[in-house]
Amino acid sequence: MTIHPTIACTSPYPQFDPLSALNLIKDHADWVALRYVSETSHKRRVRNGRPEQNAIGFEQGVMIEAMVDGQLAYAGTSRLSPDGLLEAVKRATHLARSTADNKAFHFTEMQRPPSKGVFNSPRQRELDSLSLAAFTDLLMGASHALKVSDNIVTAIAEATLVESHMHYVSSQGANFSQSWLLISQNFQAIAARDGEVQQRSLNGPTARCWQGGLEHFEEDHLLKTCQKVGEEALALLDADNCPNTRCDLILAPDQMLLQIHESIGHPLELDRILGDERNYAGWSFVKPKDFGHLQYGSNLMNVTYAPSNEGQFASFKFDDSGNPAERAFLIKEGRLLRGLGSLESQTRLGQPGVGNFRSSGWNRAPIDRMGNINLEPGESSLNTMIESVESGIYMESNRSWSIDDYRNKFQFGCEFGRLIEQGRLTKIVKNPNYRGVTVPFWTSLSAVGGASEHQAFGTPYCGKGEPNQMIRVGHASPPCLFQNIEVFGADV
Amino acid sequence: MNTAMNKRYIEVLAEQCIKTLMALEELTLNFSGEDQTYVRFNGGHIRQSTSVQQNRVSITFQQSKRRVIFGIDLTGELTSDVALCLSLIERARQEVNILPEDPYCSPIEVSDQSDESHKGEIPQLEDQLADIAKASSHADLAGLLATGRQYRAIRNSKGASHWFENESFFFDYSLYTVNDQGDNKAIKSLYAGREWNSGALSDQIQDNIHQLAQLRQANRTVLPGSYRVFLGPSAVAALVQMFSWGAVSYGAWRRGNSALKKLIEGEMSLSPLFSLTEDFSGGLVPRFNSLGEVANESLPIIEKGRLKQLLTSTRSSREYAVPANGAESSEGLRSPVMDSGTLERPDYLERLGTGLYINNLHYLNWSDLQSARITGMTRYACFWVENGDIVAPIQDLRFDESLFRVFGSELEAVTHEQRTVMNTDTYGQRSLGGSKVPGILVKDFKFTL
Repeated sequence: MTIHPTIACTSPYPQFDPLSALNLIKDHADWVALRYVSETSHKRRVRNGRPEQNAIGFEQGVMIEAMVDGQLAYAGTSRLSPDGLLEAVKRATHLARSTADNKAFHFTEMQRPPSKGVFNSPRQRELDSLSLAAFTDLLMGASHALKVSDNIVTAIAEATLVESHMHYVSSQGANFSQSWLLISQNFQAIAARDGEVQQRSLNGPTARCWQGGLEHFEEDHLLKTCQKVGEEALALLDADNCPNTRCDLILAPDQMLLQIHESIGHPLELDRILGDERNYAGWSFVKPKDFGHLQYGSNLMNVTYAPSNEGQFASFKFDDSGNPAERAFLIKEGRLLRGLGSLESQTRLGQPGVGNFRSSGWNRAPIDRMGNINLEPGESSLNTMIESVESGIYMESNRSWSIDDYRNKFQFGCEFGRLIEQGRLTKIVKNPNYRGVTVPFWTSLSAVGGASEHQAFGTPYCGKGEPNQMIRVGHASPPCLFQNIEVFGADV
Repeated sequence: MNTAMNKRYIEVLAEQCIKTLMALEELTLNFSGEDQTYVRFNGGHIRQSTSVQQNRVSITFQQSKRRVIFGIDLTGELTSDVALCLSLIERARQEVNILPEDPYCSPIEVSDQSDESHKGEIPQLEDQLADIAKASSHADLAGLLATGRQYRAIRNSKGASHWFENESFFFDYSLYTVNDQGDNKAIKSLYAGREWNSGALSDQIQDNIHQLAQLRQANRTVLPGSYRVFLGPSAVAALVQMFSWGAVSYGAWRRGNSALKKLIEGEMSLSPLFSLTEDFSGGLVPRFNSLGEVANESLPIIEKGRLKQLLTSTRSSREYAVPANGAESSEGLRSPVMDSGTLERPDYLERLGTGLYINNLHYLNWSDLQSARITGMTRYACFWVENGDIVAPIQDLRFDESLFRVFGSELEAVTHEQRTVMNTDTYGQRSLGGSKVPGILVKDFKFTL
């Protein structure tokens, strides 16, 4: 008999009870906590109408925190038997004791509030509502839709579906659990002809990320948009290079996500400002004295930490220390108000922060991370911005990114550009890039689109930390206009 | 130490899985694990410390040109782990029954075997921390110590059996000072190996502290433009790493994603001074890939500026009807070695003359894939040099340059000395391997911001 599985795949692990586990280990240190994480990741990819990847990954483990003499240390294990847990808490305790004499910070229970609660991310269609066969057909159809011509040499349709669950308990009474269903998509076409090669994707290869379910795979809409992606890849083959000049620049929301991420999110992380990251990801040009004073950009710039936005990629109720995650303005009317820092970073730096202490999985300790960092809507619109530009460029969908370790000098590239001439979008240009320096760039912000054009994207691949961690972040923005920016194309 | 996961455990677990296979079914099991302690430093103090014991298996199940891959964290309890793996195999059976045929899914053919273990001589963590504290006393130090055991193993249903075990450490750190203008300045260093030597660590850190003095001078303002540059081995390693971003991948070339398309298609060449080899002789990574295939110990990729071969996986081999060469499915370099040249250490600065001495690069990315153009930043200890003498440190600059110029038309000399730059990536788990590269002298290098 042939069984027809749905996309959903039940975790093969037996049930785990974090509270019972805590009872077993809680007396081994001054304070003990346990963070249990279970995650199932489905990766399905079709290339050129053929299945290329069908994979499911299961992760399950705990990270135990032990506090001894004001020092916290962590021990992670996937061995969840009583012996495994006891061995792990002994490792954490030993590590805390071994490092206590030279600790950077004296921890107290204040940095680990005893929060209680439950969070479930929204979804309209669960993974068990569609058969694997039907989902595979959908991706095959999208791949075919992308291939609008023989000049499309690569047509990729891929989806990552993640079911994630965490449960945190501590000897001080913390007890909260959070569950997410997360969607990431990539629909990408590469066109080649006569030595010219151009890539085009739907919003960029990693931007389409949300909390939600299979409602994000509405077939008719996907197939239409994939066909448009294929056609734009072909059009880029015939396009002129982006000119090398200074002009006005309009960025679409799917590029604003990267601009916000690199030049606002990272420099505002308090652990970077404290120097924790300077051996790897880098420091920050932002100084503690800048909070409340630095004019980061024009007065049209309003940036929020928005962990409660329903359906955005990095929404949650508590961070991994139990600190409630609440919306806060980071920048208001261009002025820097607060950074992104956990309770321990806030205490160390003497600055307010937010609930953003996050880890990438059970095997990593939390650090200061972005969540959802959004540019709030303004009062303009894309059409109004275009009409206001005498000579400029409109750019969509990130394809290249680089910024210095203090988050000042950046250079970003996009997949698709169009010239703006005398208030109208005109011809398509290929290889559009721009560069600038963070504060002058944001100071040049001269128009921000309205709420109806505010779009949410994200990425699963924000890298940071020692040991390294890759984490999910969300960024929402309307289109924005920047004045007098250096733009350039590829080598001719 | 996590003693649960050893060769015997893996052997038994694999046997239990393989013996359940039915006709036409094939299985490859990829094991990886670590017992690591990670200690993070800031300001010379311990900011965060984590002990991680993790063991994972990736199960590739295939039948009649259908393939699924399931990965799972192992519990270290054999009965539980067998049950977990068998439940995944059952799900895999259901999936291959309904998935479309993958014409590039190859039957499992490899049955090679290998066994390689590198034991370390590493003291207790407390002693390592004491050595670091003593050597860096009063210095503003940030960094990461990673120490412990790692392993990789393969078993498949055709009898392939590979084991690679490594016990080692790295201490990846940077030291900081403030220059006369009040700017932060830093020097980056790495102490890594299988045998911990307190004296060597102390000497290295003391050398670094001495070098910091050069960074206390006021910055020399260097405007964007083109300059002669000397790139030290760490900077060269960062550039060589970009070859693994599709540049020397056969599949990426055919799919339009290789930055070296013009080299591959004979339109352009690199410098006769530039040779790049995939060379496993250093023993830093296993020679077997995730299919259990064993690559040649040495695989020339680019020889004297001309392409010798691209990394070709079995999947690409099947898709494009070309021979495979033991490459991993990602077709990236696992153990790159760039050939040395003739430039001797005392002559580095004199040959540079006037220009920039660059020790480290940061945050590289393609800015134009089709012309192999890369953008990134200078970082840490970089200096302005005049007439062969170091004049002053610089403020970091953004560059935008093509590999066809850096390793091609503008490559003037390559140092005789090579350095092994260990891979310090720790995403998910600590990486293995590293690259062995020289320094290079480049006639004309473009800075844009």
